[in-house]
Amino acid sequence: MSAVAVGQALPELRHRITRLDLVRYAAAAGDFNRIHWSDRAAAAAGLPDVIAHGMLTLAVAMRAVTDWAGGHGGVLECAGRFARPVVVPDDDHGAELVVRAVVAEVLPGGRVRVDLTVTCQGQKVLTRSRALVALSSQEE
Amino acid sequence: MPLNTDFLGRVFPATEPYEVGREKIREFVRATGGTPADDLPADNLVAPPTFAVLLTMNAEFRVMFDPGLGLDADRLLHRDQRFEHHRPIVPGDVLTVTVRVAGVDDIGGNDVLTLSSEVATVDAEPVCTGTSVIVCPRAES
Repeated sequence: MSAVAVGQALPELRHRITRLDLVRYAAAAGDFNRIHWSDRAAAAAGLPDVIAHGMLTLAVAMRAVTDWAGGHGGVLECAGRFARPVVVPDDDHGAELVVRAVVAEVLPGGRVRVDLTVTCQGQKVLTRSRALVALSSQEE
Repeated sequence: MPLNTDFLGRVFPATEPYEVGREKIREFVRATGGTPADDLPADNLVAPPTFAVLLTMNAEFRVMFDPGLGLDADRLLHRDQRFEHHRPIVPGDVLTVTVRVAGVDDIGGNDVLTLSSEVATVDAEPVCTGTSVIVCPRAES
């Protein structure tokens, strides 16, 4: 990787989530909250439809960082706020997440802070999202 | 009804040890949109940055659903999540989680619960600190 500078955008990541992906994530993460797979439970909770796990959105966002950094191990910190639910209709299209990430700070020790935003249908669903990444290992 | 502020600062007992499996990491990577190229070099397989939620969330449920706390389980929302990694999680790690109640607040008519989860090996090596903020709109009374 060439020198990293503040303001540099990471490659945009687009990721589509269908109901099948919600079932797959529920099993992988052990999160079986019914609002992520049951229309009935989602309606009872006052939601327009089944919604994605916030932590699935955060995981997808961090993939933009780990794809860029070249591995999982370099992420020292990650965070985000689940600002708005990601509604996943029961069809073949689901919902598309768009992850945009930019280098916000270059720190000593080969570390960088990356700020991220995730949108779905043009609305921000993940805010205040950032990652602290150690890039030094791959620069050797 | 407001949350029981007696819970502030309370530390819950460590969870039963969980052994991190290689296939579990691969399953998690695939479930979050990763490609096999991300996770197939088996000798340097490392868990993704949010993998620890697999441990912390279930540990935090014990606190959130404690009847003494007074959180409305049907209406709570996960608002914020943060992980600070002290070292990567790798296959073979045997981990426990100790949850501390870091905040019990009333913000703008919402109950706000902040939980700090320390993930450590059974040998007490710190691995990861998770911070979860749970918000629950309080019913009109």
